[in-house]
Amino acid sequence: MPTKTIAPDERMAEIGFVRRMFRRPEVGAVIGASVVWIFFAVVAPENWLTLGGVARILDPSSTLGIMAIAVALLMIGGEFDLSTGVMTGTTGIITGLLATQLGMNIWLAMLVSLIFALAVGYFNGWMVIKTGLPSFIVTLATFFILRGANVGVTRLVVSQVRISGIDDAPGFYAARALLNGEMSFLGVEFRTSLIWWILLTALATWILLRTKYGSWIFAVGGDAVAARNVGVPSNMVKIALFMNTAFAAWLVGMMSDLRLRSAVASQGIGQEFVFIIAAVIGGCLLTGGYGSAIGAGIGALIFGMARVGIVFAGWDTDWFFSFLGVMLLVAVIVNNYTRKRAETVAVAVAKPQEKGEEED
Amino acid sequence: MAKQHPILEVKNISKLFGSVIALSNVSAKVYPGEVTCLLGDNGAGKSTLIKILCGVHQATDGEYYFEGQKTVFNSPREALDNGIATVYQDLSLIPLMPVWRNFFLGLEPEKGWGPFRRYDVEFATRTVRAEMSKMGIDIRDPEQSVGTMSGGERQSIAIARAVYFGAKVLILDEPTAALGVKQAGTVLKYIAQAKARNLGVIFITHNPHHAYAVGDRFIILKRGKTLGSWKRDEITREEMIRSMSGADELEALSHELDELARRKVVEKLADA
Repeated sequence: MPTKTIAPDERMAEIGFVRRMFRRPEVGAVIGASVVWIFFAVVAPENWLTLGGVARILDPSSTLGIMAIAVALLMIGGEFDLSTGVMTGTTGIITGLLATQLGMNIWLAMLVSLIFALAVGYFNGWMVIKTGLPSFIVTLATFFILRGANVGVTRLVVSQVRISGIDDAPGFYAARALLNGEMSFLGVEFRTSLIWWILLTALATWILLRTKYGSWIFAVGGDAVAARNVGVPSNMVKIALFMNTAFAAWLVGMMSDLRLRSAVASQGIGQEFVFIIAAVIGGCLLTGGYGSAIGAGIGALIFGMARVGIVFAGWDTDWFFSFLGVMLLVAVIVNNYTRKRAETVAVAVAKPQEKGEEED
Repeated sequence: MAKQHPILEVKNISKLFGSVIALSNVSAKVYPGEVTCLLGDNGAGKSTLIKILCGVHQATDGEYYFEGQKTVFNSPREALDNGIATVYQDLSLIPLMPVWRNFFLGLEPEKGWGPFRRYDVEFATRTVRAEMSKMGIDIRDPEQSVGTMSGGERQSIAIARAVYFGAKVLILDEPTAALGVKQAGTVLKYIAQAKARNLGVIFITHNPHHAYAVGDRFIILKRGKTLGSWKRDEITREEMIRSMSGADELEALSHELDELARRKVVEKLADA
């Protein structure tokens, strides 16, 4: 037993600010983003260091970031969703077909695809819980079902794989301005999707760190059985997380429709891994129970920088994916290192107490 | 203490899983301010009995009284709401989560209004530190993740949590099983502290030494049946050990105990 009583605040000071920062899950992503930014600032400074350059980087980052946040929450909750990418296409096609073929108001068409997305998200979560199968397999099935249906339905209805003319739908321009329109800042054009990205990152972070639901998400990912034992509605939390990724996919699908004025049957395929990579770069553990929404946002930013930076540097864009692979590997190694470091910091701090208690 | 009524009592409880008889005609009484030890080897039915007590399973036959009232708990939640808290072997703690989040998991303190309702983090960290210091543990940093703490400390978090949330009956499922000698001693001390706070403690173990150190009543189960039930003054530790193991098993056990005793001596020498 520790007999000496030292004020807790004094001992808190033992963990310095830098070490505290190293305990944050997103530290690897912050370092990675800084390195990538400096790298392109050196290689292609003339385009990189302008406000226009910043706008270019933030453009792909925002839609990717919206997805990465939702995927990160799901991964912290201990599950995967491989149907996220193709779901952006499916919701885009549903809205596109309803708007162009039935002349439906864009808002109503968006509402219908939202309901569809939430239903699929619910189904994913329900299947994972009912069957006990890994979510990787269940959502892989959903992925293929939707992928086939996207092309099949589109070709059946419009006899080609592209649905164009969505901008003829009533309400289109209002929706576009709200979700993914142009907005001017200091003479440079940004997209309103950027605002959504920032808002949703802030909201997700707040939920994760400052509400009981955040604790529940960490808990079901850390140990679902233990969480259930102490009264956390594990199944409900997991289903909600699947519905949340489906919601994010819907939002991004709508942003794509509204921006391009058309929908393509192959939209979003292959993107699911990009979202997962962004979340992992942001500090999410593949095994669940650990991660950060801000980190996932920064992970998406790294993607945006890489995509745009390669163009600015005048390199062949074919190398983009190789770059991503390297980034992923580096990020995972850095994360692993920082996590181990965080744990040794905690153990080192706990040690004097154990000594007092056990006199070993 | 003699006039006290049991806070929890089961009479002739049986449990069948299909054709498997897990428990047959088991009776037990638990008094507030006492430690009732449930002993028995693996497969004796200890886990089945506590799962019935804490609402995970329902008895196939027999009666369950809580605070004098006949009851059936249909879920762990229901039992918990009535003040029966179970500290499971796996502790129901999430290793990657900080101490304060673990402590309040499932029963989070909140403040604020409507959509701005949020986790009262300040209250949670303050309370965790206070409650743990009542158990004699000095939490330096409530942000420390539980996974980095020692087994004894983790047990104490789980016990402190149950006590804080108003448990009247505390069920401890083999709390000392995975611990070293000294850490087990620490946990036994927390059990004594919970008893001093007038909780009815049910202490499941297959270690008669640990049981005898803190127990007021002893129930030994074997193959789903009650082998015997004693008060502390009715049985010695040696008699208890003998009852727990058959004649042929005793030989092996005494070897094991000798080995344990030898190791303790070696440890003492090493310490000196």
